[in-house]
Amino acid sequence: MTVADLIKLNALEAAERLQNGDFSAIDLVEAYLGQIRRHDPAIFAYLRVSEENARLEAEAIDAAPDRPPLGGLPTAVKDVLVTEGIVTTCASRMLENYRPIYTATCIRQMKRAGMITLGKTNMDEFAMGSSTENSAFGPTHNPWDLDRVPGGSSGGSAAAVAAREALWALGSDTGGSIRQPAAFCGVVGLKPTYGSVSRYGLVAFASSFDQVGPITRTVNDAALMLRHLVGKDPRDSTSIEHPEAIRVPEDRDLAGLRIGVIKELVREGIDAGVMAVFDKTVKKMATAGAEVVESSLPHAGYALPAYYILAPAEASANLARFDGVRYGLRAGGAAGITEMYENTRSLGFGDEVKRRIMLGTYALSSGYYDAYYGQSQKVRTLIVEDFQKAFDSADLLISPTAPTTAFRLGEKTGDPLTMYMSDICTIPVNLAGLPAISIPAGLSEGLPVGLQIIGPAFSENRLLAAARGAELAIGFDAAPPLGEGS
Amino acid sequence: MTAGYEAVIGLEIHVELSTESKMFCGCRVEFGGEPNTRTCPVCAAHPGALPVINEKAIDYLARIALSLDCDIPPGSIFHRKNYFYPDLPKGYQITQYDQPFAIEGHLDVSVDEKDIRVGIERVHMEEDTAKNIHAGASGRIAGALYSLIDFNRSGTPLVEIVTKPEIHSPQSARAFLNKLKNLLKYLEVSDCNMEEGSLRCDANVSVRPAGSSKLGVKTELKNMNSFKHLEKGLAREIERQTELLAAGERVVQQTVHFDFTTGEVTPMRSKEFAHDYRYFPEPDLAPMLANRKFVDRIAASMPELPDARAGRYRRDFGLTPYNAEVMTSDRKLSDFFEECVSHFNDPKLVSNWLMGELLGYLNATGGELADCLVKPASLAELLGMIESGKISNAVGKEVFAEMCRSGKEAAAIVEAKGLTQISDTAELEAMIDAVLAENPEQVAQYRAGREKLLGFFVGMVMKKTKGRANPQVVNTLMKEKLS
Repeated sequence: MTVADLIKLNALEAAERLQNGDFSAIDLVEAYLGQIRRHDPAIFAYLRVSEENARLEAEAIDAAPDRPPLGGLPTAVKDVLVTEGIVTTCASRMLENYRPIYTATCIRQMKRAGMITLGKTNMDEFAMGSSTENSAFGPTHNPWDLDRVPGGSSGGSAAAVAAREALWALGSDTGGSIRQPAAFCGVVGLKPTYGSVSRYGLVAFASSFDQVGPITRTVNDAALMLRHLVGKDPRDSTSIEHPEAIRVPEDRDLAGLRIGVIKELVREGIDAGVMAVFDKTVKKMATAGAEVVESSLPHAGYALPAYYILAPAEASANLARFDGVRYGLRAGGAAGITEMYENTRSLGFGDEVKRRIMLGTYALSSGYYDAYYGQSQKVRTLIVEDFQKAFDSADLLISPTAPTTAFRLGEKTGDPLTMYMSDICTIPVNLAGLPAISIPAGLSEGLPVGLQIIGPAFSENRLLAAARGAELAIGFDAAPPLGEGS
Repeated sequence: MTAGYEAVIGLEIHVELSTESKMFCGCRVEFGGEPNTRTCPVCAAHPGALPVINEKAIDYLARIALSLDCDIPPGSIFHRKNYFYPDLPKGYQITQYDQPFAIEGHLDVSVDEKDIRVGIERVHMEEDTAKNIHAGASGRIAGALYSLIDFNRSGTPLVEIVTKPEIHSPQSARAFLNKLKNLLKYLEVSDCNMEEGSLRCDANVSVRPAGSSKLGVKTELKNMNSFKHLEKGLAREIERQTELLAAGERVVQQTVHFDFTTGEVTPMRSKEFAHDYRYFPEPDLAPMLANRKFVDRIAASMPELPDARAGRYRRDFGLTPYNAEVMTSDRKLSDFFEECVSHFNDPKLVSNWLMGELLGYLNATGGELADCLVKPASLAELLGMIESGKISNAVGKEVFAEMCRSGKEAAAIVEAKGLTQISDTAELEAMIDAVLAENPEQVAQYRAGREKLLGFFVGMVMKKTKGRANPQVVNTLMKEKLS
């Protein structure tokens, strides 16, 4: 098989061919390393590529008598997941040279299943952002248009998958950080139900929102990866055993499914081009047998402000450990401990991280707690209830994944609020801890548009089956203009 | 205390639990050791690490709460208390805030033979910090050349017990702490070693005009390293506040430092503004649920507590209230007592021996019961030898002291030193004759009616036999000889 043929395969296909011995893990790894060499200088999806390590892992897989289920599948890992001995930066100066002393549970599980780590991908610093422009090491470029952002915060992972610089990738999603970049890059991104994937070793941004999930080319690949991600971890007391084994869905239509279009997340504030693709997608789903109804999340309008209180509040505490005392950056020249803290954190954190730490610190301050944190928790409860009611009359809910297609680099960096609006459709899902997937729905002016499908808690199998049905009905087959294998 | 004023004291006690592992990770709990050898990503707060509740610590916490007659609400949650300090690796302490594990308890303490009831405001769970070691002359952070941090202590389970402001004298505060410490030792939840910091106490104290129901302005005495110092510090601080109030001045709310070498109380550098800890619910931990079944299980696992034991000693053993209290004032002493009684069924005698001889010996030598060489069965054997008349009571006390020193058995000591009691009439008669012959003057006086001199003659015989003569037998024989 040629390199071009190898990188065309999705993960499920590659796993099968590897199992059949059509090619070796090292062949596949070399194909992807070649892709990275060719395209990453322009895209900058990776902060670090572990060539040697990837080759060693591939050789070990090839030499082993039994090939594990994901044996030899080259994977990109968002740099927010800690990997023992391998620098993990969260795209922050603070951790520029930080070598973790342990490995995240989800990575351990994936490695046990045979995945090969190609490298660590770029992201918004500490996963705070929607464009990957908040990386301290420079932005990632969207493979569909290098002048545009890949979305964020898992922009490096999404761009790597879109540019075929990885077979698939791991991302994390706190307010849309898997789904929005997946939408911008024309790939599949799944945020699992809160608690189904261990957060141990995921550098915390907002603990009650963060979830690790797959970014893949197909829905079936997302199912395949998720199967190996889920599970109760004794080291994460918010994790629980998924009630169902995750299945790779059968190919089928959408007959018998009642799909609710969330009326608060369409039209207003959504670009016309995105709406046009969305409307067409809804029609295709109806044609494929889905019963389309209108659903409502009456409090959806409060989701964004509530999120921007709660997530920064948690972040203000989660990021307090970066104090220059035990690891990471320590700024010199301080006369005392307080000055050392101030210098280190001033130097180590970027603007957006500082902004959110300040937002969160303020929201938790004495005298403001009830008005901000307390009210936001109430909104969170209302949104949970909104979803519960909506699921009374619909099996799954849909909306566009993001209100726009990928915007230009620098377009929104001057205006944080406009940037925050990029997650308006994805944030309510995180507030409620639900599973949701973004799949490519079509192009608007040459740029991908994502369809978001949301399910009740732990309904991943139903969600994936519907997403597979929608994927078939949509028939998205465009690819970024990179010149395959060239 | 100047007449017309009343002191109001509230205590905050921190107890390090003696669980195998730390509160939120698997690292071993132990005092000291090579610094930073018992750390992991969790207790050193590496990125991505998460806390997991130590269930054993919660069992211990529940034991403490139940022993203080607290209410245990069905659910409680952890909060994050945010502040920056090098001994706090996460930048926040996981603790409990407005939904503590247990509330509304009490502990009854007897002070000067009077029972007082001290209310318990709350009992909650938290984690200990690491230990900062400041290199430099003073050992304090100010002026230190550099500071080192030992994370071995970081994350040790810590229970905080807060009393209501219902203690009114330094003596009562000390008595409360003694009783609490004893209780905690019975529960086997902490070694309560103040030198090693496993039991720490802060006191809030204010003074108000007697009869007033309004609390005065309080000051805080922090981290007192012994109950004695706490008592003295409180007394001095109450005196200081009373003088201020009597002079028409005001007490400033602040933390004060008691220097036990000078006996003086000085204000600590007051913080420019109050710390805002920005408490919020810990999202990494689910609420702790304490259902009926859990509480029942803990209640069933509770050992017999000191008050209950003392009651049993009075009721079943006929001990005086004082003896019963002393016998239960320490779990090890109480266990020693009961084991001894199981071998020698005269609880009153055993308690008297323990109070007079054993505690006396420990007091004199500064030793601990745990290190005492005399085992309960050996003491019982000794008491048996006295009861059977094999040795005299006086010799018994000497033998006991020797047992404490050498750890030898009573019989071996008696044997080796030839201390067996002399009850043989012929042998004693000979000795009595000798004594009477040596003291003709006293014999004449006795015969003239000074019968009190009998004790003198018996004493002389005891002296000659180095206490080995059986005093009853000597008494009888002596009377016969003199009559």
